[in-house]
Amino acid sequence: MITLTDIHKSFGSTPVLQGATLTAQRGENLAIIGGSGSGKSVLLKCILGLETPDSGSIAVDGVPLTAKTRPTFLNDFGMLFQSAALFDSLPLWQNVAFRLLHSGMPQPKARDIALRKLARVGLGPETADRYPGELSGGMQKRAGLARAIATDPSVIFFDEPTTGLDPIRARTINALIRDIVAEAGATTITITHDMSTVRTTADRVALLHEGQIAWHGAVADMDAAQSPQLKHFMMGPVDAIGTDMR
Amino acid sequence: MIRLLAALGAATLRMLAALGRVTLFAGDALSHIARPPIYWRAFGSALLQIGFFSLPVVGLTALFTGGALALQIYAGGARFEAEAVVPQIVAIGMVRELGPVLVGLMVAARVTSSIAAELATMKVTEQIDALITLSTDPMKYLTTPRVVAASLVVPLLVAVGDVIGILGGTLVATLRLGFNTASYLQNTVDFLTALDIASSLTKGAVFGFIAALMGCYYGLSSSRGAAGVGVATKSSVVAASVLILAANFVLTEAFFSA
Repeated sequence: MITLTDIHKSFGSTPVLQGATLTAQRGENLAIIGGSGSGKSVLLKCILGLETPDSGSIAVDGVPLTAKTRPTFLNDFGMLFQSAALFDSLPLWQNVAFRLLHSGMPQPKARDIALRKLARVGLGPETADRYPGELSGGMQKRAGLARAIATDPSVIFFDEPTTGLDPIRARTINALIRDIVAEAGATTITITHDMSTVRTTADRVALLHEGQIAWHGAVADMDAAQSPQLKHFMMGPVDAIGTDMR
Repeated sequence: MIRLLAALGAATLRMLAALGRVTLFAGDALSHIARPPIYWRAFGSALLQIGFFSLPVVGLTALFTGGALALQIYAGGARFEAEAVVPQIVAIGMVRELGPVLVGLMVAARVTSSIAAELATMKVTEQIDALITLSTDPMKYLTTPRVVAASLVVPLLVAVGDVIGILGGTLVATLRLGFNTASYLQNTVDFLTALDIASSLTKGAVFGFIAALMGCYYGLSSSRGAAGVGVATKSSVVAASVLILAANFVLTEAFFSA
């Protein structure tokens, strides 16, 4: 269980998170949605230790996440970055097996695991020795997903997993995430503004608005929810198109 | 007047703050040398990139500089009938001064810029964040191997540059100025002292450290976006070049004024 309590984070004089409080239960697939600049990515970075909150606390299974305890937790976390964030200088299989190789696993065994994970995300063995720059955006996302699940983590984070992909590739990635997470039984936290990702991959949704959780509930309850912020978020793009058309 | 003083004070404070940040960064990088894990592959790759692949540019720079130096000293020496000092002055000029400084500046141009651009791009594309989430310390994985490799391999580059520079001088002196090859080389070897060579190699180690450190510092502290990569690359080369020249003066003073 991941618990965030009253998280505050500002950059200079600009407050981004203003008391965000949220819990992700073990085995749950939680999606955090919100408009651009609402603080979704910053919240995720606070959990991963890439940003330090100004105040508030983050705990995993009741243990506070601090600079001292974070390395232990990171070993149990997987992360798919928005840009896939594959290492340009390493072939695909070494990207996937990065953590395995650096934890001292023999190269043949690590390569074998990497090939299996690549196969799981639909990338054949012929891609294993290619470099990220030689792959399409969709293939890079798949490889990033393979890296995220390489060590069979119990918590997987997804940062805008379908950003930059066309609708067909986005659907494929969403389906892959749903199936892989179901197989692994992992807890997931997905940052997205793509409602198709939410409906395909999440059990529960939290809306981040002006640095606070404005609404949270089951995906099934989303459409009937009375929260004006949620309604605005879900209808916002339609309104914008309507305004433009007028 | 007050405004001028305030601006001057602000600039001084900014410079001191930057100096403090670089010092802390260097301390952090060095503190990882003895603490496991040690990334030998990254270290080996850095040795190859900084050392081996810099050989052509270092060799060519030293060759032409040694040749030009021989011509200049011959022409200058002829004004007071001292043409015979060419081998000695070329040797001392290359080994004490031009070899280390030119190699340092070439490494700053080639390696510092490359490191800064690579690390800044890694930052823009979230690869640095990815390293952290994969339980790998970017300082230990990216900075320490490069800084240590540069500190070890640039002295070797300087030694190669010194030798090629002296050979460039020898070629010009024998083929163009009519010196005897054997006596030219004998004069060169007889004239150089162990202190000259030690100072050359020490300068190389310091310049290598500065070049790699500046590349890593500006790369890892770059702001996001393509413009950030450009600024990091430019700033790293400027800072490395200026610091190398400043360090050269300090080291020369330390070695030869005593």
